Amino acid sequence: MRFMMFMYPEIEEKDWNPSAEAVEAMSRYNEELRKAGMLLGLDGLQPPSEGGVVGFDGAGKATVTDGPFAEAKEVVGGYWLIQARSKEEALEWASRCPGERCRIEVRRVFEMEDFPEDVQAAVEENFGG
Amino acid sequence: MSEATRAIEAVWRIESARLIAGLARMVRDVGLAEDLAQDALVAALEKWPAAGVPENPGAWLMATAKNRAIDRMRREKTYERKREEIARDTGVLFAMERSDFEAAADDEIGDDLLALIFTCCHPLLSREARVALTLRLLGGLTTAEIARAFLASEATTAQRLVRAKRALREAKVPFEVPRGAELDERLPSVLEVIYLIFNEGYAASGGEEWVRRDLCEEALRLGRVLAELAPGQPEAHGLIALLEIQASRLNARRGAGGEPVLLLDQDRGRWDPLLIVRGLRALERAEELPGPMGPYGLQAAIAACHARALRAEETDWVRIAALYDVLAQVQPSAVVELNRAVAVGMVFGPEAGLAVLDEIAEEKALAGYHLLPSVRGDLLARMGRDEEAADEFKRAADLASNQRERELLLRRAEGDG
Repeated sequence: MRFMMFMYPEIEEKDWNPSAEAVEAMSRYNEELRKAGMLLGLDGLQPPSEGGVVGFDGAGKATVTDGPFAEAKEVVGGYWLIQARSKEEALEWASRCPGERCRIEVRRVFEMEDFPEDVQAAVEENFGG
Repeated sequence: MSEATRAIEAVWRIESARLIAGLARMVRDVGLAEDLAQDALVAALEKWPAAGVPENPGAWLMATAKNRAIDRMRREKTYERKREEIARDTGVLFAMERSDFEAAADDEIGDDLLALIFTCCHPLLSREARVALTLRLLGGLTTAEIARAFLASEATTAQRLVRAKRALREAKVPFEVPRGAELDERLPSVLEVIYLIFNEGYAASGGEEWVRRDLCEEALRLGRVLAELAPGQPEAHGLIALLEIQASRLNARRGAGGEPVLLLDQDRGRWDPLLIVRGLRALERAEELPGPMGPYGLQAAIAACHARALRAEETDWVRIAALYDVLAQVQPSAVVELNRAVAVGMVFGPEAGLAVLDEIAEEKALAGYHLLPSVRGDLLARMGRDEEAADEFKRAADLASNQRERELLLRRAEGDG
């Protein structure tokens, strides 16, 4: 099973860049995940002002909103993609993160066999061969 | 199972290998180390649901296991005992008092883990025993889970584990990482165990799908752990490269009816690009290290040729044929020759491929293997020898165990597809 761990730092954008100590602690944690054979991928994300948002209305029309944003409460600061044997194991790994004033949301990744057969067939037909 | 129990089980899966490895270093017996670790787990199941999981669960489990060990020995001392046993236990107690799990350096823990891997994969044990013991002590799987994975009864699996631990104890196998020439000699056994676990999950035969996927993932995890612990060993990187690339095809290797889909017919859009990238990176690490490539590295390099081709027609067959030539020298086998025949047929034409096949036509190892006549039929068909090709496809169909595959081969025998 794969899990995404999304980190939501509870900080202002001006404080986005972490200290050397925080980076060091986080690197140790990442190393531990790697040594356990669980880590598949990870990235730290630049603040929202470096990106943008594309919204879609009911008719599927896209609207691009460029950063910076006035109210940004739920902002992802980075993610890990890990392999774990259960949700509990993923949660246990997440709770070992040396985080401060942040939240980590743990979400299981869809695997092909989680989809009903008609969805699998659609994937095969449209992207296959 | 309650939420608390599931959380404890998760901690156990994360900590048990390190715990058993650390204890084995002290008591010099993996069987006893496992018993002590189990004692600590039982204590955790009693205490944690009410008190909560401690801040550092690994250290808590280790401290508890050490106390249990000391209790056990004191209790046993009330019986009359052989002198050498007492001497041994005194040494163990001394070692325990000195060792401090929390203060243990990272490489020390790594060394213990590596020693545990080598002990579980010791050549004096049968293959089945090595695989079961590795899953149990390094993967933290229960006996029931191992039994289910290998379609064996729980009693048989339990017996196998007990016997394996006893065999290690009786042979007084030292708990250590082999060095120098001995390391070179024993590494293949470790690699083989991880490869067998992966293949058990990957093979298309029987078993529940999720059990098989779990086995593949566990083998990948063990392979990654090994590559981190033994970064100077090219074959450790070669093996994990091979496994990552093979695992990238998990979603593409079966058709809608469950029939196996051959590599060249697979929908490459369903290959997992993340695992491919990881596999290619591991292969690079294997190639950067000094020394010639071993069998796993070579197989990974071949798998990488397929992985790099966005479409089957773009496959670099020249390189694959060259790699099979080397592999045939490093690890000669009939199956390697069969694959080499395919590659040679792609590069130099079907006649050349057929010449390779003729050499192995009588191989006992391939008797009853449907892919031999199937490949032969394919080469003959390309040469326009349709009647002979049809005979080969019929022969292959008789040997194929999968119904869908059989139908496919029979269609080819009729000149279709």
